[in-house]
Amino acid sequence: MSAFDHNPIVEMRGIEKHFGPVIALNGVSFDVRPGECHCLLGDNGAGKSTFIKTMSGVHKPTRGEILFEGKSLSFASPRAAMEAGIATVYQDLAMIPLMSVTRNFWMGREPVKRVGPLSFIDFKHANEVTMEEMRKMGINLRSPDQAVGTLSGGERQTVAIARAVHFGAKVLILDEPTSALGVRQTANVLSTIDKVRKTGIGIVFITHNVRHAMAVGDRFTVLNRGKTLGTAQRGQITPEELQDMMAGGQEMVELEGSLGGTV
Amino acid sequence: MSDAPVVMDERIKETSGLRKALIRPELGAIVGTIAVFAFFLAFAGDSGMFSAPGVLNWSTVSAQFVIIAVGACMLMIAGEFDLSVGSMIGFAGMSIAIISITLQWPVWIAILLTFVICVAIGALNGFIVVRTGLPSFIVTLAFLFILRGFTIFFPQVIERRTIIGGISDVAAGDWLAPVFGGKILNGLFVWLADLGVVEVFERGNRAGEPVVDGIPMLIIWAIGLVIVAHVVLTRTRFGNWVFAAGGDAQAARYVGVPVSRVKILMFMFTAFCACVFATCQVMEFGSAGADRGLLKEFEAIIAVVIGGALLTGGYGSVIGAALGALIFGVVQQGLFFAGVESSLFRVFLGVILLFAVILNTYIRRIITGER
Repeated sequence: MSAFDHNPIVEMRGIEKHFGPVIALNGVSFDVRPGECHCLLGDNGAGKSTFIKTMSGVHKPTRGEILFEGKSLSFASPRAAMEAGIATVYQDLAMIPLMSVTRNFWMGREPVKRVGPLSFIDFKHANEVTMEEMRKMGINLRSPDQAVGTLSGGERQTVAIARAVHFGAKVLILDEPTSALGVRQTANVLSTIDKVRKTGIGIVFITHNVRHAMAVGDRFTVLNRGKTLGTAQRGQITPEELQDMMAGGQEMVELEGSLGGTV
Repeated sequence: MSDAPVVMDERIKETSGLRKALIRPELGAIVGTIAVFAFFLAFAGDSGMFSAPGVLNWSTVSAQFVIIAVGACMLMIAGEFDLSVGSMIGFAGMSIAIISITLQWPVWIAILLTFVICVAIGALNGFIVVRTGLPSFIVTLAFLFILRGFTIFFPQVIERRTIIGGISDVAAGDWLAPVFGGKILNGLFVWLADLGVVEVFERGNRAGEPVVDGIPMLIIWAIGLVIVAHVVLTRTRFGNWVFAAGGDAQAARYVGVPVSRVKILMFMFTAFCACVFATCQVMEFGSAGADRGLLKEFEAIIAVVIGGALLTGGYGSVIGAALGALIFGVVQQGLFFAGVESSLFRVFLGVILLFAVILNTYIRRIITGER
């Protein structure tokens, strides 16, 4: 695994985030290296969403340090984080169903060609690039004019991932990309993650599904009640152990026993 | 990773070209336009509706609808409404009248100042909507009353009347007034009359002049606004942002689209269109009345909906809205030519609105794949 020869692209040290009296994050350390898929696991309310929002510039940490390519910095806005190379694909997708795939793909960064003093969207170029990027991800669009609403959930995730990759993401944060998908579509998204990882992009994969994490993860960090319970490498931990850490230990073991070990 | 296997889903039927062609916002409006023209050609074809003055008559009425529909269409695609359009028309007309008649300032200053005031009010509308997050329906409903109230209040206090006339006299010789109230291509119509294509007056003090002596600037404004708005919406980055702002404001913000700015600009554009309408009307009538523009906001919204825009934003077409406005103009004047009681026009409006919304909902389901 060559990923461990590299220095981290993003390193978060002792991140704390307080919302008034609520301590959402209480000392979280996490890093992601080029070409690895680092899974962030945690049950609902563990602080996963707050943590990735801190990483992508939506929230400012109350305490702690963010290092980007070795330098300490704090992002003023999601836009600044995006321009630095941290792309986030949110659970609610950030795709607009009524607009075409091309229009969604280029939204906010439309390529223009100038005609005299006016500038128009270069649709020919935009359509070609969109088709090409989608083909790389294994999706053959009928037409780039197709509305995003006609795509399946997995395909929409893929458009969002392809968009982030095309615009030069160094770190790709995926917020529960598989949580609303069926078996087949989940497999497609996981294989997309694998493809993206091989291009040298660092992936932060947020999930509460241990099996999905085990399928593609290189490292696993478990978040519980706003704290990291530690990071394990692939092969050093079993799915059962991960599951127990997420759920908070003993109680879950008993519960699982009563359910016949099916959870 | 460039040679990933491509998976085609065998359960998705090939969609026919025809069906694909049907899935466009303008569909309903195109069908409606053809139906309306066919209907009036059949029932009012010999009433003078399709003679040169007849065509000019319904074109002018349609152009009025088009001007406000274009503004309403862009705003609705950006996800907002403006219910204050009608009041804005009355307010703008009264503003021109008071500045030019009461204050006796030159008409061009009156027009420019009125545009500045109206566009600023549009910006205020937009600012309140994006800042408070209130529905634009409520904010602009408030302005519907505020502006109409002032439109009645000012002339009553200042001039002790609610209609101010005499604008034609002060506008004579003004350089800006003809841009709204003038006519162009007079020479073309004289030439056409000489060729016998257009009839000429046979009696009266205009004997020998063509019955249509030019194209009103109102129509030129309508065509110009449609072209500019259509190109901006479909071909530019800004147009993409308008769709994005109305389609899903949060998703648009995630990728860096300046949603608030887009929405405020669209409110300003709607106010601009209302102001163009008002200025043309004032220059044509030579007067401003406190009741001008009543119900225009709803007519604009109906034209836009007939044109295929969704009330929820993010989808629509300026061409469709313009066709919706054309349907309006043709039907309103056509009923007159056909000798039908004009109150039935409102019945027609209600019925066609209902059909348009049902059709749009159906089209939206096809696009987004909802069942």
